[in-house]
Amino acid sequence: MIREAIDGENPDRLYTVTGGRSRADENAFDLVTLIVSESDPTPGMQSEHTAILRMCRSPVAVVEVAAELKLPVSVVKILLCDLLDTGRIAARHPSASVGRTPLPPPEILKQVLVGLKNL
Amino acid sequence: MDSRTSEVAGQAPPRSRTPLANTVNDALKIVIVGGFGVGKTTMVRAVSEIRPLSTEETMTGAGIGIDDTGGVREKSTTTVAFDFGRISLNEQKVLYLFGAPGQQRFWFLWDRLFAGTLGAVVLVDTRRVADSWYAIDRLEHHGMPFIVARNNFDEPEHTLPQLREALSLSDDVPLVDCDARHRASSKSVLIALVNHLYALSTAQESSP
Repeated sequence: MIREAIDGENPDRLYTVTGGRSRADENAFDLVTLIVSESDPTPGMQSEHTAILRMCRSPVAVVEVAAELKLPVSVVKILLCDLLDTGRIAARHPSASVGRTPLPPPEILKQVLVGLKNL
Repeated sequence: MDSRTSEVAGQAPPRSRTPLANTVNDALKIVIVGGFGVGKTTMVRAVSEIRPLSTEETMTGAGIGIDDTGGVREKSTTTVAFDFGRISLNEQKVLYLFGAPGQQRFWFLWDRLFAGTLGAVVLVDTRRVADSWYAIDRLEHHGMPFIVARNNFDEPEHTLPQLREALSLSDDVPLVDCDARHRASSKSVLIALVNHLYALSTAQESSP
């Protein structure tokens, strides 16, 4: 259902949603950067921005925002940039982000193991 | 276009999003790579605390004007769809599991999507072992640690050593059996991966 919605997406809508911009700062958000609203939506705000602010009252990963809005990740990143620039959201970036050594330290992995074993 | 969608499409649309705790401040990634229909989404669903979601990423064709005022429709784009689920690990950390197609175009987006990934599981369908060669090659190329899990929907015809040989898999890459439909089995695959990562990480720390 979601796929069809995206496949059948009208390019004009994507163009309108982003105001014609095609790229966000690639490094601004990871796929799993957690987004948290810092304010409530205001009247007259673009509907996608409103939806994001409502959705992110508790932390939500960028990729979840994309799935919920049925928009490509890159388009969502552009929308998130707008909100971040105006201070309406906060971004909690993953500790294991680009540029680090490929492997996280053992203590982090230990936490992952404990979490998985508790599943 | 993809079987995953049909799996998801049959389910009721109401999305009861299970919110993450407000204390969560760090998200980790693990990627499950495998060919068409091998059971990636099945595995994600088996362990995820949310119903698997689907999204996509697009890549603009190289060499085509990025700031072209003609907009989105003028550009040649590559689209890759993927599924994901999540597991809350503790009050601070959440693990996102991605089911990703192993097809060629996907790897162009690897760095953009999966930089910072802890590690990968290559899910193998024994009837189509050759589907996994490319994924294994690409993971090695990207320096991404991984394990291989054979998904046994049926009784396997070959032993694991035979499979290891068929995959030309080096001895230091763990190879395990699983049934992606079962939570305990899928969980043990993830634990096998993280144990492997832990061993690599401690070895790395002791020999800087």
